[in-house]
Amino acid sequence: MKGIGSVEPYIEVQKISFLRGHRSIFNDLDLSIPKGKVTAIMGPSGIGKTTLLKLIGGQIKPSSGRVLIDGVDLNTLKRRELFEARAKMGMLFQSGALFSDLSVFENIAFPLRAHTKLPEDMIRDVVLMKLHAVGLRGAWDMMPSELSGGMTRRVALARAIALDPELIMYDEPFAGQDPIAMGVLVQLIRLLNDALGLTSVLVSHDIAEALSICDHAIIIADGRVIGAGSPAELKNDNSPLVKQFVNGLPDGPVPFHYPAGDYRMDLLG
Amino acid sequence: MFSINQSWRYSVLDFIRKTGRTGLDYSSSVGRSGLFLLRAISGLPLSLDGLSLLAVQIYKVGVLSLIIIVVSGLFIGMVLGLQGYNILIDYGSEQAVGQMVALTLVRELGPVVTALLFAGRAGSALTAEIGLMKATEQLSSMEMMGVDPLRRVIAPRLWAGFISMPILAIIFSSVGIFGGMLVSVDWLGVFEGAFWSNMQSSVDFSEDILNGLIKAVVFGLVCSWIAVFQGYDLVPTSEGIGIATTKTVVYSSLSVLSLDFLLTAVMFGGI
Repeated sequence: MKGIGSVEPYIEVQKISFLRGHRSIFNDLDLSIPKGKVTAIMGPSGIGKTTLLKLIGGQIKPSSGRVLIDGVDLNTLKRRELFEARAKMGMLFQSGALFSDLSVFENIAFPLRAHTKLPEDMIRDVVLMKLHAVGLRGAWDMMPSELSGGMTRRVALARAIALDPELIMYDEPFAGQDPIAMGVLVQLIRLLNDALGLTSVLVSHDIAEALSICDHAIIIADGRVIGAGSPAELKNDNSPLVKQFVNGLPDGPVPFHYPAGDYRMDLLG
Repeated sequence: MFSINQSWRYSVLDFIRKTGRTGLDYSSSVGRSGLFLLRAISGLPLSLDGLSLLAVQIYKVGVLSLIIIVVSGLFIGMVLGLQGYNILIDYGSEQAVGQMVALTLVRELGPVVTALLFAGRAGSALTAEIGLMKATEQLSSMEMMGVDPLRRVIAPRLWAGFISMPILAIIFSSVGIFGGMLVSVDWLGVFEGAFWSNMQSSVDFSEDILNGLIKAVVFGLVCSWIAVFQGYDLVPTSEGIGIATTKTVVYSSLSVLSLDFLLTAVMFGGI
């Protein structure tokens, strides 16, 4: 499956399978993510969306198949090359994942210090610029424990873009956010993608917010892709699983009842 | 799929399956911990940055354990002095209480009790801290930035434990001897000259003090390894952190006590 229009794919997931214990999470999954756009990956909870992000980021290896980022399979890289490839990726974790013993400033300076040999005054400038981009320049010397949930995510976002990556991944960015924080985050994701020319991948099960900002959406269920395309195309899709998911219907191909024996037998037997 | 009425059959099969699963899980965890130790030990960055990380951890793991070690050492020394005097006075050998207190502390109680207290205080704190970092995805995000968490987070804590434990054991023994002296000389009236000179003649440097130090080093290795591994390997939920800290204390204590017997048999039992 190629990207939309003439945009070539930045990430290609080719026939990957992933097993956890005996459970097959993905089975011959194929998808591609176009360059320079915001792509949303959606699906029922527990389907392995976070696992997919980790496979893309090279943190875990697939049981079979491969993941290509800009034509490169991360699992074939040597340590040094993998280290440099990581500088081009940013990831925003669900909980922000700020280092609790470092201040906001130190958190954002962390990737800069790890990957570059910039002098301290330049690091200071870069950190303040990134904080300004997310609107938190005044919070530079606060500790993560002093930040609210929304602020934590914005600082984590500033840290994810510290090295000006080409790819940025968001793991459930809208989960548990109040409407204002949500609005801020939605706007930032869109702005950063367009201003920095990033490829953004966001994993979410908040259909409304995700479809409102993405250019391309992929729905995964049963370990495979069940629908892909622009938000308008998905809303008009006729397949029952896509319809159930996009419209939030409680029963359908994903059943309401967990498998059990006969109801009458359980009550009377 | 069994309905609720056939569940007894399911539970027998389930029990057998779970026992097998537990055994397999345990052996794979031991294997993981071995590989983990190898990677973590060699992972300490030998730069100025790495040494400053190490220094911070030595403070948190070692210095902050001083209070409990010193207070416990003092009281154990005082109890040893008191009990020792009460036992020895029946044989008229109360002047030997000095060497009794010193030998007991240096050979046995110093390394062992320090290790148990260390596992309870510093070990559980290490497990909880690393576990919390894992649960809040800090270790994952570090990896995503290309920084190996084994080098930056685990290795300094592991080495801090290795370095701190023997030092804490020495402090424990010293404070204990002082406590023993307080009780037997200042309170119970043992002649001070006899107290110290008997101790000096019977405590041998390489036989007693060095052996005690070797024990302390081994215990430090084991306790730090267990603490750090349990934090790194746990299920990243709040329940998982609780289970892991309990495991740290229990496994460390059992390992220390069994290793103590082995080491004592080798060092002092003539095996």
